[in-house]
Amino acid sequence: MALLHADPDRASAYLALRSELDSGTAERRDAVLADRARETRRAIVRTIGEAGQGHIGGDLSVTDILTTLFTAVLKLDPTNPGWAGRDRFVLSKGHCAVALYSTLAHCGFFSADELPTFMKPLSALNGHPNRNKVPGVETNTGPLGHGLPVAVGAAIAARLTKSATRVFVVLGDGEMQEGSNWEAMMSAAHYGLDNLTIIVDRNRLQQGARTEDTNGLDPLDEKLEAFGLEVRMIDGHDYEALFAAFAPSTTGRPVAVIANTIKGKGVSFIEDRVEWHHKVPSAEQVEIALKELA
Amino acid sequence: MSTEAPAAPGTYDNRVAFAEELIALARVDERIVAVCNDSVGSSNLTAFRDEFPDRLINVGIAEQNMVGVGAGLANAGLIPFVCAASPFLTGRSLEQVKADVAYSQHNVILCGMSPGMAYGELGPTHHSVEDLSWLRALPGLDIAMPADRLQTRQAIRALVAEPRPTFLRIGRHKVPDVTGETTPWTRGVFPVLREGTDVTLIGTGTLVSRALAAADALALDGISARVLNASWIAPIDTAAIVAAARETSAIVVAEEANLAGGLGAAVASIVSQLEQGARPPVRLMGLTEFAPTGSTDFLLDYFGLTADEFARHAREALAHG
Repeated sequence: MALLHADPDRASAYLALRSELDSGTAERRDAVLADRARETRRAIVRTIGEAGQGHIGGDLSVTDILTTLFTAVLKLDPTNPGWAGRDRFVLSKGHCAVALYSTLAHCGFFSADELPTFMKPLSALNGHPNRNKVPGVETNTGPLGHGLPVAVGAAIAARLTKSATRVFVVLGDGEMQEGSNWEAMMSAAHYGLDNLTIIVDRNRLQQGARTEDTNGLDPLDEKLEAFGLEVRMIDGHDYEALFAAFAPSTTGRPVAVIANTIKGKGVSFIEDRVEWHHKVPSAEQVEIALKELA
Repeated sequence: MSTEAPAAPGTYDNRVAFAEELIALARVDERIVAVCNDSVGSSNLTAFRDEFPDRLINVGIAEQNMVGVGAGLANAGLIPFVCAASPFLTGRSLEQVKADVAYSQHNVILCGMSPGMAYGELGPTHHSVEDLSWLRALPGLDIAMPADRLQTRQAIRALVAEPRPTFLRIGRHKVPDVTGETTPWTRGVFPVLREGTDVTLIGTGTLVSRALAAADALALDGISARVLNASWIAPIDTAAIVAAARETSAIVVAEEANLAGGLGAAVASIVSQLEQGARPPVRLMGLTEFAPTGSTDFLLDYFGLTADEFARHAREALAHG
């Protein structure tokens, strides 16, 4: 069904790396994560520069989260993306599709040669991810507040079918203003979905302004606690903390990871600047960014 | 509630057949789950819940989450029947139906319970007469409207055999049987309930039996009326509509829905694209405004969704074009 197909060399390298990291040291794992996150950030900058469109700030804030999940946590097989027993990953903040595409290509779900087609006419790589065209995408997102309910359904299904599948969903922090997320969190807690991990990319910026100047979310941790989640507040760019935060629930409750991040992380002139929500770097700025990410 | 009664003898609430069939299938197919929004009673899922307590997922009064949860269940290979009063299933969670079900192609069966004006006096907030217009605009979503208890069972069996993203209108207003055991349920095909050569009457849901009654009345005047049971609006039976346009001299379409974009609009748009000489007059019966207070039967009469009006439109279309 998917339009794109696995890159066999990358996929086998990825699977070998996964098994190596599963039995290796934390130091080795974190070094690999740093290296792969840097590569993914470089791909993001190049892809958005080429396309002349994209959401670079949120792509760069979520990169370490995605890299940690795909490199060290999720049980996936890029050569068999529909494998029934796979873990489920949902990018609810679908506008950060380039970060997901770059991550998926890095893991061999499809060839990295596809990335330059991002947003080009008839490309599989739309501005928002499409599960029927891109292997590794579980549900089509873009309108905000959609990923978490779908993740809740997948987690309920895993429990009904006695599957070991874990479900991870990444939301933007601005997205937490959508009421559907709070409906879904109530369900997640009600059903005691300890196989579900909700990750909030807490970069504190939304499209037009800071979250706290728009429709304030703080104290987000207390709100999530009050909704019955096991809250883990971490530095969203610290690989050791990310890896630890993605460990299974210890309380029987769903886990909510508040990953404090910097929008635009890694590129000095983009970091924490609201205008870089979807501003596009010039050719010169792309070169500067790539040097910073060297 | 006065919308429940009095019902004519020999008429049936399709929700009963829905629940019985779903339970029978769920006994042999563990993939079947039901999802609802506190509507265990109104979706007639009490017996399902009692027999399969783990497989009835009641998310409470939260329709956006309900449809998203359905998509997640389908993603895992289950067959979710997402059940809610049709106005809330379609209106409140329209974007979830679009993005999570239709665009994502998750095999969710959306069961719009008590559609049309089944909720009578509860008023337009509880009527589902916009659903066909809204959902017709979504590619990749089937829309089926079983007209009686047999078709309701057939629809559910077909969807379990071959799940696909679908909206099913499950009627609450009691209706007589209009199809027989030998009438097949085929995706995108309008069963022909009566052959005819002068005029074609196309009804859906509650209005199919009224189309048949109108055909009886027209026969007394020597008018031969073909009656089509519009069981689908997507995919629509283009062949049956084109045949009606070529073989009969007028088409009358009735739906318990708003005329802006519903079944009648779909039929008219197909006929309008035929060559000159093959475009008979098309008369549309339906709603154009929010309903006043009244029972379902009162409102069906109020909006002229009756056998008499069906026949009048047919006669006028034949007489005046």
